Amino acid sequence: MPKRGNRPIQGEMLQGTLDLLILRTLAAAPAHGHTIAHVIERQSDEVLQVEHGSLYPALHRLEDRRWIASFWGTSENNRRARYYRLTPAGRRQLAEQTTRWEAIVRAINRVLRPA
Amino acid sequence: MSIGRFFRRKRWDEERARELESYLAIETDENVERGMAPDEARAAALRTLGNRTLVREEIYRMNTLGWIDAVWSDLRYGVRLLRRNPGFAAVAILSLALGVGANAAIFELLNALRIRTLPVSHPEQLADIRIEGDDDRSGGFDGRHPNLTNPLWEKLRDRQEAFSSLFAWGTPNFELSSGGISRTAAGLWVSGDFFRTLDVRPLIGRLLAAPDDRRGCAAPPAVISYGFWQQEYGGSPSVLGRSLMLDGHAYDIVGVTPREFFGVEVGRAFDVVVPLCAEPFSRRQSSLDTKSNWFLAVIGRLRPGWSLARATAHLEAISPGLFRDTLPNYRPEDEKAYLAFRFAAFPAATGVSDVRSSYETPLWLLLATAALVLLIACANLANLMLARATAREREVAVRLALGASRGRIVRQMAAESALIAIAGGAAGGVLAQWLSGVLVASLTTERDRVFVAVAHDWRVFAFVALAASVACLIVGVVPAIRATRLNAAAAIKAGGRGSTDTHERFGLRRVLVVAQVALSLVLVVAALLFVRTFRNLVTLDAGFRRDHLLVADVDVRHAGVPADRLPALYDDLLARAQSVPGVDGAAQVRNVPIGGSFSNREILVEGVKQKTPTNFNSVSDRYFDTMGIALLAGRRFDRRDAANAPKVAIVSESFARVYFGGANPIGRTFQIDEAPGRPRPPYTIVGVVRDTKYNDWRAPFEPLMYGPWAQDPQQPLSGLRLVIRSVLPLTTVTSALTALVREQNPAIVIEFRTMASQVRDALVRERLMASLSGFFGALAAIIAAIGLYGVMAYTVARRRNEIGIRMALGADRRQVVGMVMREAATLLAIGVAVGVAAALGAARLAASLLFGLTPHDSGALTAAIGVLAAVGAIASYVPARRASRLEPTVALRDE
Repeated sequence: MPKRGNRPIQGEMLQGTLDLLILRTLAAAPAHGHTIAHVIERQSDEVLQVEHGSLYPALHRLEDRRWIASFWGTSENNRRARYYRLTPAGRRQLAEQTTRWEAIVRAINRVLRPA
Repeated sequence: MSIGRFFRRKRWDEERARELESYLAIETDENVERGMAPDEARAAALRTLGNRTLVREEIYRMNTLGWIDAVWSDLRYGVRLLRRNPGFAAVAILSLALGVGANAAIFELLNALRIRTLPVSHPEQLADIRIEGDDDRSGGFDGRHPNLTNPLWEKLRDRQEAFSSLFAWGTPNFELSSGGISRTAAGLWVSGDFFRTLDVRPLIGRLLAAPDDRRGCAAPPAVISYGFWQQEYGGSPSVLGRSLMLDGHAYDIVGVTPREFFGVEVGRAFDVVVPLCAEPFSRRQSSLDTKSNWFLAVIGRLRPGWSLARATAHLEAISPGLFRDTLPNYRPEDEKAYLAFRFAAFPAATGVSDVRSSYETPLWLLLATAALVLLIACANLANLMLARATAREREVAVRLALGASRGRIVRQMAAESALIAIAGGAAGGVLAQWLSGVLVASLTTERDRVFVAVAHDWRVFAFVALAASVACLIVGVVPAIRATRLNAAAAIKAGGRGSTDTHERFGLRRVLVVAQVALSLVLVVAALLFVRTFRNLVTLDAGFRRDHLLVADVDVRHAGVPADRLPALYDDLLARAQSVPGVDGAAQVRNVPIGGSFSNREILVEGVKQKTPTNFNSVSDRYFDTMGIALLAGRRFDRRDAANAPKVAIVSESFARVYFGGANPIGRTFQIDEAPGRPRPPYTIVGVVRDTKYNDWRAPFEPLMYGPWAQDPQQPLSGLRLVIRSVLPLTTVTSALTALVREQNPAIVIEFRTMASQVRDALVRERLMASLSGFFGALAAIIAAIGLYGVMAYTVARRRNEIGIRMALGADRRQVVGMVMREAATLLAIGVAVGVAAALGAARLAASLLFGLTPHDSGALTAAIGVLAAVGAIASYVPARRASRLEPTVALRDE
């Protein structure tokens, strides 16, 4: 069995951001895992390449925290798929995390490009 | 993570699998739309998704508590291992169950007898009030706890201030008659505040209270125990108001005590409680006003804020007045002793008990013995586990090399022994319930009913859990740790190829076998000591012949014969008994030897008062012939020795030796130190008989004097006791005698017992010690032999190669056998040496329970060594022989 510590450091850094991206994606409309992965890639102009598998543990974790809820539905091309939607708690979380993210980005920018 | 999801983690996992599958389907569809071939599309989808199993595992792990899952899987693994070796599992669980069961059963008894408090409210406030120190009181003693006389009790009750309430109680045996059949019922005489002090509430009806216990009460009520209610009345509520005939007097049943209430006497149970004022109904001569008849015990509940020490101080302060005001008509020196008595309060939270005092030491010893047996059994199992661990050496090495942590492997291996310990402990706990019942039953004799309220409280549970955990630790964890402490590379290389055994790793098994041998030696020595003690007691020469001897108790209390005509009735009954065909002899006797009662007198020899009282018995003329007591000089009693003839006596050898320096005492005289004002006629010694055991079977012969029955000034009023010798079958004699007594007067009750059973009953404790320690000793020796066999067989298997080479080089079978046996002998010798040292140390604990031999009895020690040597030799000969049968070519090619 792999250990948590064996995962690439990149992944660790991405974890919080991945949660944020998922929440942001679901804020528009409910979606299933496949859609979420592709939306993130497309909206970041293919810069953010998510390993699609790693999406699912993140979805599970978010559901555990009751920020998203899931249900089975039918996809655009008539496939059974598990859909996720944002809960009110998730919406609050999204606002909070977005604010914090922006603060971090501003701070990092100030360090990188001192005025 | 929610607990609910933990239990449904399997379904969750399946759900995730479906979700991932759905992703793949959608992605594949899209890939196909983009123009890929279906196969290629699916492969591409799989690539984008990444490692599916990894994803599932990660989610699965989020849904679980890691350690629970690990423990669970270890346990399942353990179950699988045990199922693959059902023989081993059965032996292991059974031996642990026996070990734990024996320990728990003995502990249950100890717990009930020694540790548990009385099942009444605030037992810690109860105190037993009795005379402090080793007193030498004079007078009559009756019941199991003859601590006070009734006059003393009444004065104490009226004058004490330390107790908020207190009560006196006595332990009579009532003759219970119903429908023409009579039997003995265990009774209690209690003063009015008995139930109030103990704070016991009735199960049904009411209990006794102060108004029931008024001196001179005419129609006292009775309260019965739960057990008696169930047994005699089937638990019917209509028992209230029914009448109960005790000693020929009718009592109205007014209530039943709760089920858990057995009185204040641990180890005994009562059938019926009646007020103390009913005592005169059971005795022809009441003791209520007798100042020298000790038959009561007193228990009180301390006033709030009073400690035992304060209560004792108070009792000491009022004692002089109490004893001064109840002074019996004593001789001056007894008077002085009486006035010096002081009362003290002793803790009574755990009740009072005669059973406890006689069985506490044996039970602790038995518990220690059983614990050793458990230890030996554990050592044996540990050895088996070690052997199995060695067999898995290579597997363990591979797993360690692959990166498994040592703790993980130890845990997995320990899981198996944990399962064995849990199963063995549980089975042992169940077994203990049955075993403790058997133990209690073995303590009970017909005339001495022992009742132990064995409770399965937290202490018993904790004890079983502790025993099982210790067992698990020894059996599993130690071998597991041992098994993982290896150099993985070396083990993989060497696995299965050892040409000689690796001494360092094999050492623990040898140590275990040495320990087993040593512990078994201790147990075998103990067994031999107790078995020989019992044998010594059973076979000792008591001075009379036990076989074909019958004791009959004849109760004439309800025959309606006036006291002055009783001697004539007794003579008539004796004459009739002697005339029964097949009866070789019959005699009256005041106290049957080893019958539980005895008398003694203080005597003056040539005017000099002797320090210790001398045992005394009064017997009719054919007593010595009936008992088979040899007459050494002089004559027996005969018709000359009538009531008003000159006083005569027959004395024992010891009497002659102690008081007359071994000179012929015939014709010499002594006097009995009668109470002041009464005549002290000289007793002329007319005969000398052999020494006999009298009151205590274990005590050495003491001086004993006999007076003729006719000259006994205290003719018993309640009945007579006969000894009868007959070679006829028991039932023939008893039915003939019963018929004969009925013929004389149908209201006379006669009860029989054999002298042999009476002696047997006196040796219950010794028999218990002998049989249990014998059993444990044999068990220990067998287990040690199995252990030795296991290790030797293992050695031989490991040294196959070496033995093959030796044989190929010309060693013959004898030499091979010798080689293996020498090694076994070394282990055995070390074990025996350690065991002898331990046995010599431990045997001292048993000294007080031995008879006719010292704790360091060389015979027992030698025999134990012999037994273990023989058992050990057999156990090691089998593998040695197998080694010698090795075909060198086969053994060498095997590699």
